[in-house]
Amino acid sequence: MLKFRSIFSKSKSNNLFLLRSLTKSSTSPADAFSYSQNAFSFSKHSSLPAPASVSRVPLSRSFATDSEARDSIEYDVVVVGAGPAGLSAAIRLKQLCHQKGADLSVCVVEKGAEVGAHIISGNVFEPRALDELLPQWKQEEAPINTPVSSDKFWFLTKNRAISLPSPFHNKGNYVISLSQLVRWLGAKAEELGVEIYPGFAASEILYDANNKVIGIGTNDMGIAKDGSKKENFQPGVEVKGRITLLAEGCRGSLSEKIMGKYNLKEKGGAQHQTYALGIKEVWEIDEKKHQPGAVVHTLGWPLDHKTYGGSFLYHMKDNQISIGFVVALNYQNPFMNPYEEFQKFKHHPAIRPYLEGGTVIQYGARTLNEGGFQSIPYPVFPGGAIIGCSAGFLNVPKIKGTHTAMKSGMLAAEVTFGVLNEGLDMDMYWNALRNSWIWDELYKARNYRPAFEYGLIPGLALSGLEHYLLRGKHPFTLKHGKADHEATNAAQLHSPIHYPKADGVLSFDVPTSLHRSNTNHEHDQPPHLRLRDPKIPETVNLPVYAAPESRYCPARVYEYVADEHNQLKLQINAQNCLHCKACDIKDPKQNIEWTVPEGGGGPGYSVM
Amino acid sequence: MKIMVAIKRVIDYAVKIRVKPDKTGVVTQNVKMSMNPFCEIALEEALRIRESGLASEVVAVTMGPSQCLDTLRTGLAMGADRGIHVESTSALHPLHVAKILRNLVEIEKPSLIILGKQAIDDDCNQTGQMVAGLLNWPQGTFASKVVLDKEKKEVTVDREVDDGIETVQLNLPAVITTDLRLNQPRYATLPNIMKAKSKPIKKFTPQELNVEIKPDLEIVEVTEPPKRKAGVMVSSVDELIHKLKNEAKVI
Repeated sequence: MLKFRSIFSKSKSNNLFLLRSLTKSSTSPADAFSYSQNAFSFSKHSSLPAPASVSRVPLSRSFATDSEARDSIEYDVVVVGAGPAGLSAAIRLKQLCHQKGADLSVCVVEKGAEVGAHIISGNVFEPRALDELLPQWKQEEAPINTPVSSDKFWFLTKNRAISLPSPFHNKGNYVISLSQLVRWLGAKAEELGVEIYPGFAASEILYDANNKVIGIGTNDMGIAKDGSKKENFQPGVEVKGRITLLAEGCRGSLSEKIMGKYNLKEKGGAQHQTYALGIKEVWEIDEKKHQPGAVVHTLGWPLDHKTYGGSFLYHMKDNQISIGFVVALNYQNPFMNPYEEFQKFKHHPAIRPYLEGGTVIQYGARTLNEGGFQSIPYPVFPGGAIIGCSAGFLNVPKIKGTHTAMKSGMLAAEVTFGVLNEGLDMDMYWNALRNSWIWDELYKARNYRPAFEYGLIPGLALSGLEHYLLRGKHPFTLKHGKADHEATNAAQLHSPIHYPKADGVLSFDVPTSLHRSNTNHEHDQPPHLRLRDPKIPETVNLPVYAAPESRYCPARVYEYVADEHNQLKLQINAQNCLHCKACDIKDPKQNIEWTVPEGGGGPGYSVM
Repeated sequence: MKIMVAIKRVIDYAVKIRVKPDKTGVVTQNVKMSMNPFCEIALEEALRIRESGLASEVVAVTMGPSQCLDTLRTGLAMGADRGIHVESTSALHPLHVAKILRNLVEIEKPSLIILGKQAIDDDCNQTGQMVAGLLNWPQGTFASKVVLDKEKKEVTVDREVDDGIETVQLNLPAVITTDLRLNQPRYATLPNIMKAKSKPIKKFTPQELNVEIKPDLEIVEVTEPPKRKAGVMVSSVDELIHKLKNEAKVI
């Protein structure tokens, strides 16, 4: 049965809060488990009220900062995350300063060791936002040079690939490496005077006495696994801003805390966010097989009809291709292993010819937003705003989120400029979003993904209907199903899936792939994956769900290993982490919390 | 007392290396570069000596294309007082580097030069020794402990050698190359990175320093190490002996 939501117009109502009222509001389950964000912050500089709720994390894990006075640096605007949204916001701010003769100091902190190191995406790029931001991008040699030359859409069965009409309109779009584009954006930002600091992880939000956000604190560096200070200990730094923009990407750790603290989902009338896990490899293939600009998407095999997902294969330049597999995280079978599905997929007779004779250059994985329109939270909080995928502007049927992320950063920058120079209200950002093409696009695209709740065929049927007939013009808005972590069934309802062994030519085991991600963390640091209740893995995850984290993690962080008494215990190989956030999303009891490790760690993507 | 530290920009140690298809070298395009880990240790040791009051200034030197400035700025952010960039786009081999350092020493007149024992890209382990030879200075290589005596103008160096630890005492001025266990380098903090932007960097070219960069080494071929073959299970000692004798031909 289709569920109906209240009918409303997509136009520019001033009624901020009732605009997207749900017939039945579903509070984000994450709220039930959120705990004091002050667990790790003891700064002497910010006059915090004493933490109201008691953290469930044992105090021994709250580290050194209480006895050290931290350095404090002040900027007009602090941006967390040097991705498409963060950098677009920073660039736009500086452009406005030059235009209007103002001067605002802008600082971007980035947890990756370099700008672009944590950037991974398909990516078929729609230049709409870039055309607005930097219209001279071609002359300025942006790494955008492979226009889409063909667009194929296949439904796969075990042995066949059935060609379907392509639902995408990729004319005018380009096949790119987003990591490369972001590096270029970073250089452009620095040219305009933006200060970018890679290798610094924003680990806490700073508040003033009125609970307004006044900036972020970076991680302490040089803390050993047991919590003691090493000889190269450095306390974190407070980076204060009159406005703070959070651009951490999908499921940003600080963004999630802020959304919980200020109830931003309810405030925006939003449903919970839904996610997918994307796993990707870049291959260098045989020249003769390479067709620059060729775009292929597939649905169907190896996934079953209840699991939403599919693959992509994009030909970039220099005989390189991006090939990847995306699985929606509301899958039900706890034995599902998205990484293995990807490896299996590469053996399909329509896919393997491309790969034979080639070599893998890089590997990586990241979760992405699939909630679309229904899941956009109210993005403004006292002292700042959330931009990009941290709020969630990905257009699911188009499978593109870069252009909307960039545009959201630009809009936030324009409002921020108004706030700092003309005394405007940051709440104008919500209006700006709703009046922009982001809203338009996402509104039209809103029913594609939720339709798949009813299965693959109904989903495809509605997609066809939408695409050719309705184009978003229907009076109802479908709701999302259960939250991803609630969708996992108990293991007893399913049987284990047998995945073939890696052949080392087309498919690989996780350690081999992981090596190709250039991932590394300082090993002597406390694990950044925190268990809210350390007993739950062995008392719930393992017996009830057969340890799904040992399967969905694309980096083999979670392993159950027999101890001296032959009891299986969870071992967390935090050093492997790709920062994809799948565990934070999919853990059935929401027991795993992804926190940011020491800055500079994590994957090293350069062509992803 | 001035200390000069030589630092090199190399491919980051965590990156997966690939050989170029034409086998002339490894892929460096779009690959993350960082300061050579042994050079970080060298710089850290120099900074500690300065912080203990025994030296007044630490000068960081790097050589190579303009991108090396990033590495130099990291060195300044760690705490070096000044930087020197010798700009060159040609490949610099250890002897070139040693000659340039020798000529820089005549300008800067440091009492101590500290280098990493080797760079992780070429693993030469030659530059420090060559510099000492060209300058006719004593050298303490593979240092795992350095103790400076300013009064007596001596430095005592514990060296990690194959037999164990060898302790040598060197008269200043001297050359030291660092090994892994000497110290743990500090992180460059955000405020220091900001301060580093305004620290002075002096530029030179090899020509200005009277060093001719003539390639004395030619790289003939670079290949990946052979893939490790799977082992063979043998069922008895006799079979093992038979295989060792007739197949591997080692007995």
